[in-house]
Amino acid sequence: MTDEAKSGLDAVEEGPTPSDGSGPQAAGAPADRNAHPSVAALFERFHDAVRHHEVNAGDQHVVHVDPARNIEILTWLRDDPAHRYDLLADVTAVDYGGGQPIQVVYQLWSIPNRRALRVKCLLPVDALEIDSVVPLWNAANWLEREVYDLFGVTFRGHPDLRRILMPHDYAEGYPLRKDFPLRGRFSRAEQTRRALNQDVDRFYIPAERAVGREPQEVTFPSQPASGPGAGSDESGA
Amino acid sequence: MAQKTIEYTVGRNPEMGPGGLPTASPLEPFDIPEPQLGSEHMLINIGPQHPATHGVLRLVCELDGETVLNVTPHIGFLHSSFEKLGEYRTWNQIVPLTDRMDYLAPLIYNCAYVMAVEKLLGIEVTERCKVVRVILMELDRIFGHLLWLGTTAIDVGAFTPFLYTFEERERIYRMHEGYTGARITTSATRVGGMMADLPEGWIGELEHFLDTFPRTLAEVHRLLTNNQILIGRTQGVGAIGPEDAVNYGFTGPNLRASGVAYDVRKDNPYYDYETYDFEVPIGENGDCYDRYLVRMEEMNQSVSILRQAIDRLPDGPINNPDPAVSLPSKTDCMSDMESMIHHFKLITEGIKGPPGDCYYPVEASKGELGMYLVSDGGPKPVRWRVRPPSFVNISVINKLAQGHLIADLIMINASLDIVLGEIDR
Repeated sequence: MTDEAKSGLDAVEEGPTPSDGSGPQAAGAPADRNAHPSVAALFERFHDAVRHHEVNAGDQHVVHVDPARNIEILTWLRDDPAHRYDLLADVTAVDYGGGQPIQVVYQLWSIPNRRALRVKCLLPVDALEIDSVVPLWNAANWLEREVYDLFGVTFRGHPDLRRILMPHDYAEGYPLRKDFPLRGRFSRAEQTRRALNQDVDRFYIPAERAVGREPQEVTFPSQPASGPGAGSDESGA
Repeated sequence: MAQKTIEYTVGRNPEMGPGGLPTASPLEPFDIPEPQLGSEHMLINIGPQHPATHGVLRLVCELDGETVLNVTPHIGFLHSSFEKLGEYRTWNQIVPLTDRMDYLAPLIYNCAYVMAVEKLLGIEVTERCKVVRVILMELDRIFGHLLWLGTTAIDVGAFTPFLYTFEERERIYRMHEGYTGARITTSATRVGGMMADLPEGWIGELEHFLDTFPRTLAEVHRLLTNNQILIGRTQGVGAIGPEDAVNYGFTGPNLRASGVAYDVRKDNPYYDYETYDFEVPIGENGDCYDRYLVRMEEMNQSVSILRQAIDRLPDGPINNPDPAVSLPSKTDCMSDMESMIHHFKLITEGIKGPPGDCYYPVEASKGELGMYLVSDGGPKPVRWRVRPPSFVNISVINKLAQGHLIADLIMINASLDIVLGEIDR
């Protein structure tokens, strides 16, 4: 077996190796900030929180901001009348592997101004926490749950932060991290054993398990208030 | 044993017009007091194997009688981790993964993915390729809407439109097969072009479809649009206002039914969509009926775009002639050593481009389909993210269904036009 084919099989057990490009790169070269009005305004207003600006794929503007101030900046981008990024198209994350920070990526689109902006927050792998943007956009609810599920980023203040694509009791970790092997962490036998031993109660979230469990007193009114059905209720009594 | 009898006064709904003509309001509840039956809330499961969930979707509903208090969608039954698989594949090898997401309109996914890769790697495509992709995407918009139309009609109890729409879908299936060799898993695109040029006679078949399809659509219009049952089941059901719809991330026909004229083809045009003459239908109330009307009109608009695209379809090569992107022809590979080496190197090494990331939104049949690609300059993506429109649309179902009857929940779910392959990925 050639070395190359063998390394391909190892990758299935270990995790994706970096492609033989120029190596992982978390940020591109800085670009002209005046080409995009919102970027220029961001640098002016939040000069201490905007870390970096780059232009990718020709015309797509990306700003890296301080993760501790994401709510403040995104609220301003959403509400400022000159910018009005009212549609949160996507929330996702990118892991470059090798201990580099995990990026949380917000894709914003302004319907009135027809303008796009990408905002990134870099989180160190030992402190994967960021404020949830669900209070700003309800669209973020499931998108943030997916990032939590697949990358293990915790969103503070999220109303319902639990796994979404993987099972609730999935114990193998966060599948889209670079160190996660393609076949999973457990052996096939262990995965099968766990699947067969699942408790049916685990198919329900706690809020659902509580429904109907508390017995309630059943009362019949002796006399309905009014209306065409009045008076006939007791006819069979 | 004591018996309890409740008599209802059965009367004619005063809102109903003479002769069963449509009215603005559905059947209203009768004017009698709600009997005070103390009861506990009930939990019921719909799915994951239920025809009305349109896929492997599980809805856990908390009910008070027949009224929905809460719906919790449970998803992930079809999760295949396509995004993780993509990190192990070169740019072209990902194409077959894309059509398995939205298997109801696979060509839109094929096209959207390679358009994002071409944008990221800075690859141009030929004029003919652009028009062919527009044709394929609009054809599959009709394809996806037809499935929604048929299954929605079934959900309100109308069986005939289902047969009509699936008859039309079968013709599009045959066109898929004629071009790509596959009915669902088309994998028709390649970075820098298509897997082949359109076969001879294919455009003629498409023209024949465009001539006959509007008649079928008009027939379904006659059957459904003024139908009292459909109106009663959909008007005022699952309504959402424009501000809420944007805030909840609605896109596509669902958003436009709420009165927001956001269409990626108009607002962020790609492939010269700004030069095509078509209109973006919008609704007023954002309820299930408006979502129905918007999709019905979108099919007419797609027919119009398809006609224009056929008229302007230029001759010439379909693939980018750059040898760093496109494979040599199979004939050359078999007869020419250099072409064979070229073919081998391109397949084994893949296409490389500059590092960076790219988010490419496309108007799919379900809404805004965004392909987000991150590259470190190598032949494989560091991250391939799909922004699936159905995923965001179905997350709103709890807000839409709260307070409605459980039968309306089925209608709301149908009107959102979801496909579980792309929700679970």
